[in-house]
This record gives sequence, structure tokens and C-alpha cells, in this order.
Amino acid sequence: MSLALSPEEQAIAASQDGAGMAMRIVAESARLLGVPRLIPIVSAHIDGALYHGDSGTLFAERLVEGGAKVAVRSTLNVGALDLMGCSRIRLEEPQRGMAWRIMEAYRKLGCEQSWTCAPYQAGHRPTQGSDVAWGESNAVVFCNSVLGARTNRYGDFLDIACAITGRAPDYGLHRPENRRARLVFDVSGLSPSYLASEIAWPVLGSLYGREVGNAIGIVRGVAGHPGEDALKAFGAAAASSGAVGLFHIAGVTPEAPDVATILAGPEPEAVIRVTPEMVAKARAGLSTAAAPKAIDAVAIGSPHLSNAEFDSLERLIAGRRLAVPIYACTGRHALALLEKDGRRKRLEASGVVIVADTCVVVTPIMPDIGNGVLMTNSGKFAHYAPGNTGYAVLYASLADCVESAVRGKPVFTDVAA
Amino acid sequence: MNSAAEILVPGKAGEGEALVLTAPISFWGGVDPKTGRIADVRHPQHGEVIAGRVLFLPGTIGSSSASAVLMELVHNGRAPTALVLHEPDAILLLGLIVAREMGWETPIATRLERGAFDAYRGGAVSVGADGAITAAV
Repeated sequence: MSLALSPEEQAIAASQDGAGMAMRIVAESARLLGVPRLIPIVSAHIDGALYHGDSGTLFAERLVEGGAKVAVRSTLNVGALDLMGCSRIRLEEPQRGMAWRIMEAYRKLGCEQSWTCAPYQAGHRPTQGSDVAWGESNAVVFCNSVLGARTNRYGDFLDIACAITGRAPDYGLHRPENRRARLVFDVSGLSPSYLASEIAWPVLGSLYGREVGNAIGIVRGVAGHPGEDALKAFGAAAASSGAVGLFHIAGVTPEAPDVATILAGPEPEAVIRVTPEMVAKARAGLSTAAAPKAIDAVAIGSPHLSNAEFDSLERLIAGRRLAVPIYACTGRHALALLEKDGRRKRLEASGVVIVADTCVVVTPIMPDIGNGVLMTNSGKFAHYAPGNTGYAVLYASLADCVESAVRGKPVFTDVAA
Repeated sequence: MNSAAEILVPGKAGEGEALVLTAPISFWGGVDPKTGRIADVRHPQHGEVIAGRVLFLPGTIGSSSASAVLMELVHNGRAPTALVLHEPDAILLLGLIVAREMGWETPIATRLERGAFDAYRGGAVSVGADGAITAAV
């Protein structure tokens, strides 16, 4: 079936202004996917304001020149600059100017200056069952899985085009029948103490992404709600190792009160029984550095740290002086609370470098030292840091990351699966 | 070897040495937008350059910024001369759709079953404006 646009949509697509360009981009994507119609959306999260090169800036400015404005609530993902001035970005001219221009263009299009990859912890939480157009793979998977709102994985450019038109192609995860689970990812063979540990979730997410790819799965065998930050870490790791846009956890996520309710058929197409050996292998796969004697830095906050995660960080540091810096990436929403009672100053005095509005794998912040070793508790940082920063990575729990930063060398104490 | 492929995004016909990826790739973080070099150290084709090649993609994973990286490669003249995908990837191909809207010349993207990729490995390949994929003899 070919795409049928309404007369109103056709009229917009025929116009030479920014809205016309946005409508043509949405319509072309729909045609590519063989989608018959567009549907209205109620919100957008936009990943396009990060500077990857001049082409993105020129595109956003073309929309601004064409008088385009977003038609729905639209938050912004990270940019390449720390507009709050917490950290120093080593981006030189002319790239710096272009990075600022793209951020400015998205502001002029009417987007909220949230500058975070965790908009769902910055007050943008669409209701269950609503259709939205979100970009940024971790935000997409959280929005679908934890909030139960419906979005596909919107790429850069399509997200803003959907926000301007207020429409999205009707396909994929917007359709309830495509949200049902076909695979079971059974973690009941893992110890309860492991599942209760912070380190379990990014590791399991990484394994889950590798095992299920872009299929929809349900995790079985989780005793209680592991907490929102654990689900955030699981989803982010799953979306970076596979093309995961939606997961379910029986008894935890809103569309899966139990396994039977969300399964597509009477039986799953496959059951992946997770063993401690599989977990150990997935965990080893998150590190690229082979037993280094020292580390050069720690990076945390992908996705951006919540206030609860800052509480843990502060408690683990316990006022000690760090031997190597901890880069703590967050959004301005979390910064507001940190500023309030002098906590930011205390953390910085210990040697924490707070990074706001952006993060260490999307823009140059960490020194370019060559053969550096970075420790992280983030499955997503572990995945992207080697390619984007040149640092080899060592994966560890937050507690071990902090101990290692205090001593300047890797320390491992975490629980086994 | 000659395959008639379905055109995913129309564009300029292209030819070049085939680069057949043996694992899915995330363009963002996986390909350097300035040079077209595969930067993902865990990818089997790490170090290869996609610029000027006919790129065969068995699948894509990861970040939703793949489109931005592909558009930047087009803008920098470092894009593949043609893309051959196992299945349409709306995120990646958006980079070509938007580049066309901007008025830039883009390579053609066509669809071909990944089981047929091997026949093209290592040789020169041309992709016609009609989507036909031909191995040079």
C-alpha cells in the first residue's frame, strides 16, 4: 500500500518553506518504509542539535530561514558545548562556532533547552499509550519500555521534521501489535544478590542487545522493581549493543504485568536462558583494556546522571581526594539541585569534573593523551569511548570506579553473577 | 554477477571496489564522519575506509545519529559511491533523503538480500541508476 497524505498534508508538502521541507522528509521516510499514512504525535525529543559536522548546522538553519516552528513539546538531547560552563570543551574554531550555531538554530525552532539524553528524568514523561517521536537510542528505549509511550527510533532530522509537522509515519512501535514480545530472556539462573547489584543492569543490557537484536523480548526472573536508574542503564546498554527500541520486564514495566499478557503467541519463539558464564563473557566484552596497571580517568553519566546517582557518587567518594578525575555527565535539570546546597563545589573539590548539557563521548573534553585508559560503569560509554575518544575502557561498578579514581589504579570488588 | 535490486533512495549511479561488511555497524561512533574510516575497534572491518567504495551493509545497530554521519560524509565528499542494504534502514537512509532536500548530490541506495553479498566481495562493482548491481569482470 502506498502512502496517502491528507489534502492538508499535501498542501504543506508542496510549500517551499521550512514546514514544507519537514513534511517532505516525514513523507519520504514513510514511503521508504512502505507506510500508508501519518499519525499525530504529542511530543518529540530531538537528537539533531549535536554537532557532527557542518551539514547538520546548515540543515537546521535552512529550517529556521524557512520560518519553521515545532508544533508539539520538544526537548533537546545533548549538544557539543557545555553552555552551563561547568567543563571546558576542547573544540576549536571554526567547529566551535558551528556547534553553537546548530544549538542556537534548534532553540529558534522552539525546542526546550533541556540538553539532556535523559529527558524522562527532566520532567518530559509522555503518558502511557501516547504517540511521540523521540530520538537518542537510550531515550527511545526508556520512553517505550518504562513509560509505555510509543515511539520508533527516530534518527536525526526525522525527529525535528516530525516535531514541526506534528506527525509521524504510522508503523513499527506505534502499532500495539508490534509491541508484543517474541523472545523470553530468562535471568532466573542468576543470583538474587547479583540482580540487586548496580553492575548487573548495564551488563545484562549489553547481553540482551546482543542476543535479541531488534526483536522484542521480555525479561523473566526479576524479583522486584530494580529502580528507574537500573532500567535506564539496561536500556542504554541494550540500545548500543543491539537495535533495541523496546523491552519488557515481567512485573516491572507497564505493558508486561506478566509474561503471558505481552507475548505475541501462546509460546515464545525462543527462550534465552542467561547463565553466569554468559554474563561474565558479556561483562568482559565491555572492556577493551587488558589488565592495565593504572587508569587515567573515570567517566560516568551515560545516560546523564540523576540526582539519586549523584547521591551515590557523593557517598562513595566520602570527601576523599581523587587521584584521577571522575567526569560526571549530567543535564541542567540535575545541576539545579546540586548547586542548591554547595554539593557541586564539594564534588569538584574532590576532583570530580561535572559536565553539563553534553558528555565526554560526543565532544572533546578529556585530554587527548594517546593510549589512555578510561574506567566506566556505563555500558554505553564502554561501547562508544574507544571509537570516539581513543581511550581504552575498563568496565566496573560505580563503587569500583570511585575506589579506582581515588587510588589511580583499577580496583575490582563487585559480586559475581 | 548481476542483480536487479530495489531502489531504496534514488541517487547518482556509482562504482568502486566492493566493501562487504561482515557485521552490522553503528555509523555514529563506528564511522569517522570526516574520513569515512571505520573507527569501531570491535568491528571486523575496523580500519577500512567506506569513502569511494560500494558499501554492502548486512545491518545497522546503535545510535539514532547514523543519518547525521551519513549526511556529513555526503557533504564532505567521503560517502560510499553506492550503498547496498539487506533491508531499508530508515535512520541511516534519512541522511540521504535530507541531503537531497539540501540540494546535494547523493549516492544511490539499493536493497539486496545479504546472502547475495559474497559474490561481490573483493571486486569492482557498479550500481546503475536503475538499481542494478554489476560485478566488473
